[in-house]
Amino acid sequence: MKTEHKEHIVKPPVYIAVAVALYILTLITVWAAGIDLGKILNTIIALSIASFKASLVALFFMHLKYESKLLWFMILIPLILLLILLALPILDVITRAGYFGM
Amino acid sequence: MEQVLEKHHDVEEKHAGLEGAKMGMWLFLFTELLLFGGLFAAYAVFHTIYAKDFEIAHHHLNRTIGFINTLILITSSLTMALSVWSAQTNRKGLLNLFLLLTILLGTAFLVIKLAFEWPVKFAEGLYPGGKEFNHLLQEGHRGQALFFSLYFMLTGLHGLHVLVGVLVLLGILFMALRNTFSSEYYGPVEVSGLYWHLVDLIWIYLFPLFYLIK
Repeated sequence: MKTEHKEHIVKPPVYIAVAVALYILTLITVWAAGIDLGKILNTIIALSIASFKASLVALFFMHLKYESKLLWFMILIPLILLLILLALPILDVITRAGYFGM
Repeated sequence: MEQVLEKHHDVEEKHAGLEGAKMGMWLFLFTELLLFGGLFAAYAVFHTIYAKDFEIAHHHLNRTIGFINTLILITSSLTMALSVWSAQTNRKGLLNLFLLLTILLGTAFLVIKLAFEWPVKFAEGLYPGGKEFNHLLQEGHRGQALFFSLYFMLTGLHGLHVLVGVLVLLGILFMALRNTFSSEYYGPVEVSGLYWHLVDLIWIYLFPLFYLIK
């Protein structure tokens, strides 16, 4: 019997490629912030790029891509809690009378 | 035969130990995520209510410094990942080198923050309790004051995490110099790496939220 679940070793070229992608995405997000697309669109673009960068860090630097299904399932729980934590207060604020000039 | 089985059992046990350690660190990282999540929620709410004030206030931050610090943290994450690889493949010299680089980059991040960025804000009185800060409150620009409160709270808490990360990695480097790690045993390197990457991950959100978004 071989040690079938020995840890997956990520090789340096993968790490370097991820870092280069992170540098480029940082440049893109700074550049995109300079273009005036309206507050909401600018915010969405900046947060999307940030989330993409965060995914790269988690998947490759933190080896999430090679982790067990159990860990993936566990991560869902704080992410759902985080979503509730962020979404409910924002929804509360923007649906109050007066926010959209109502 | 028995020896082979025993050896296999040994490897199994070590593997289970590493898996458990990693899972423990992930659980801790979840609590970190929610700790910062609460502050991000506060940011989101006040940014929505005081949109104009936040736009004015964010021009006071130095975007170049934020950008340089972002590059530094990304590079430190790369050297941290390479430390883990060095340990996994038994390259002890490289392990020491990459750990040292990670520590130096983390320190550089803190030095830039504490010696170049914050002193400017302190001199301007733009910190909670500062002269200009109180002035903003009295003039009715509560949103601008809130922006700086959130800025110091969030980047301060993040900076504290960087500091803890640097101290942890100093401990790891000390262990590495004493020949503790090998391709058979590198759990502490990988687990502290997870923590370091989370600190990078949080900064990835802080940078656009404070320095870029209007």
